Amino acid sequence: MSTKLETSRGQLEPSAEARAQDVPEHHEQDIRPPGRFSGVGLREIWAYRELLYFLTKRELQIRYKQSYLGFAWAIVQPVALTFIFALFFGRLAGLSSEGIPYPVYALAGLVPWIFTSGAVSGATSSLVVDANLIGRVYFPRAVIPAAKMLALVIDLVVAFVFLIIFAFAYSVDLRWTALYIPLFVALNFAVVLGMGLYLSALNVRYRDVVVAIPLVLQLWLFVSPVVYSGALVTGWWRYVYALNPMSGVLTGFRWALFGTHFPGAGPLLVSAGTALLLLAGASLYFRRVENFFADVV
Amino acid sequence: MRSDIAIQADGVAKQYQLGRLGGSYDLLSERFGSLFRGRRNGQRRERFWALDDVSFEVARGETFGILGRNGAGKSTLLKVLSRVTPPTRGRVRIKGRVGALLEVGTGFNMELTGRENVFLNGAILGMRRSEIVRKFHDIVEFAEVERFIDTPVKRYSSGMYLRLAFSVAAHLEPEVLVVDEVLAVGDAAFQKKCLGKMGEVTREGRTVVFVSHNTGAIENLCQSALVLEHGRVVFRGGVKEAIRVYMTEVLSTVTATSLSDRTDRGGTGALRLTSFRVEDDAGNAAVGARTGETCTLVFDYECPDGQAQRNVTASFAIQTAAGAPLILHRTNFTNDDFELVPREGSFRCTIPRFPLVPGSYLLATSVEVRGELADHLTVAAQLDVEPGDFFGTGHTGVAGHSPFLVEGSWSVSDST
Repeated sequence: MSTKLETSRGQLEPSAEARAQDVPEHHEQDIRPPGRFSGVGLREIWAYRELLYFLTKRELQIRYKQSYLGFAWAIVQPVALTFIFALFFGRLAGLSSEGIPYPVYALAGLVPWIFTSGAVSGATSSLVVDANLIGRVYFPRAVIPAAKMLALVIDLVVAFVFLIIFAFAYSVDLRWTALYIPLFVALNFAVVLGMGLYLSALNVRYRDVVVAIPLVLQLWLFVSPVVYSGALVTGWWRYVYALNPMSGVLTGFRWALFGTHFPGAGPLLVSAGTALLLLAGASLYFRRVENFFADVV
Repeated sequence: MRSDIAIQADGVAKQYQLGRLGGSYDLLSERFGSLFRGRRNGQRRERFWALDDVSFEVARGETFGILGRNGAGKSTLLKVLSRVTPPTRGRVRIKGRVGALLEVGTGFNMELTGRENVFLNGAILGMRRSEIVRKFHDIVEFAEVERFIDTPVKRYSSGMYLRLAFSVAAHLEPEVLVVDEVLAVGDAAFQKKCLGKMGEVTREGRTVVFVSHNTGAIENLCQSALVLEHGRVVFRGGVKEAIRVYMTEVLSTVTATSLSDRTDRGGTGALRLTSFRVEDDAGNAAVGARTGETCTLVFDYECPDGQAQRNVTASFAIQTAAGAPLILHRTNFTNDDFELVPREGSFRCTIPRFPLVPGSYLLATSVEVRGELADHLTVAAQLDVEPGDFFGTGHTGVAGHSPFLVEGSWSVSDST
């Protein structure tokens, strides 16, 4: 048997001539042990955009199968919380809403916040939920948490439209600065994607993450200006406060819509910087560990 | 890499950490705990090589088989080829798009309709949306589920579900197709359809890497094959020779299921069974019985006191894996009791047209000497039954409805 082995191995050594006839690179897949740095892999995710589309569609299809209210849930949740917050924080605690009706003020914070917390917690468990896919088929794993986020973007849009109607109902005028909204929404996406990628990858290894996530989100809610105004933080503390990128997203979002407190260019840049660093760091980490998901999950 | 080569693997190795396999994962406390207990704790994890220095090449348009027993590394190799998991060492170069079929119905969602699942599953397997749209009609027709295509698959029968899932996979058109033991699932008709489609695929000149326990399927479909043992390549070459090597390897372990070291036995010990094996029609050692074919159960024995024994009754029983009795056979049923047996030898029981359907069964056995129980093993061995053509028609019965197959002929009479 051993002699047979040696001869068969001998034949496998490619000769110099064989190497010379290599076909063009793009036709060939080269499977090797992963290196330490492999970039962010955007090109590959682009190549798998149709899978991302179908996974997002799956999320939407499953979420509202056999559901009576369907997409109305995108509104029910923020509105219910708005009225609860309006009662406890606006009426009883008397928190400032910077001159606009507290319900409108709270809803403007809750719409991005509910998107953020929903997407982050959904993404965190996503890789483990789809462990079967990961163990059977190759694709860039980032499409799984990304699909979770994209599916919630629909809810975000629905809720946002409702917010505008809600504001008109309370006769709150929108400002021209509302044109800046896409900027803050983009920043919000960066935060969600960064957190989602990082926590989902971490959860593959440490299942503690998914257990801790409700607590983390609760704490995050309180250090973010959702129910209260970001104007409460003053002086140099603004920069520390801005290290939580959601503070930039939420204050900026409200400022753009209603012309409330502007956090200042410095803190906004700090928030944007943290968000982008978070996204970049999370993407690199994700790329480094995604190769081994199938072995661990 | 030569242009007529589709897959070239050089020194592929894959290492796993024991305790990490099969869905286990760290808890943070473990990590933090090891900080306090010192570094050595982290190194205590055992590592093992699931693949070790595996090299081979597959020619373009060839169907290549991978043989090996459970745990030999076949599945790991397929996972490396399909990029599900990276190799620890070595390199594989593959020309063209790879389609992996490691399981039928990956990503199927019970809540979604057949139609929705076809698109989702197709995308997961790497099909373009336009491609799925184009083949949609064929996929549904092949699966024979036209009427239910807009029904959630949770309302499907298991047969419909499998047919639809397989149909999507069968319409995959990559240059290189990697197929795991998918033929092991489903009923016989489904398996036939599966094999037929595989044959079509190879006739179209696509490269296929195929793993199966079914040596018949391997022999029919593959031109060359690789035999893995403990993660290493023990043979690579023509398919007939590969099957021979594989069978020898399997049989070497089959005969190794020795009974002599067993202590979980009863009886006086006047006679002891030492090993059990199955032989086929031609008297060659076999992995197990084959439905519908002649097989011989062979029990080697010895008499510890070195004396020949008189009046010996041998028997065996076959049970389901859950322990339900199926067959009992004793030498006295057929007036075959042995008047005199030599001090060492083998009892053989030949069963023509073995009636049990494929599966894994348990074998119990006992021997009486002069009416006294001499040796008794309640679970002597596992008896594997492989698929065979009982009726000679290619129809292998309906899975789950008939644990036994019996001869029978049908006729109709006119009573008008």
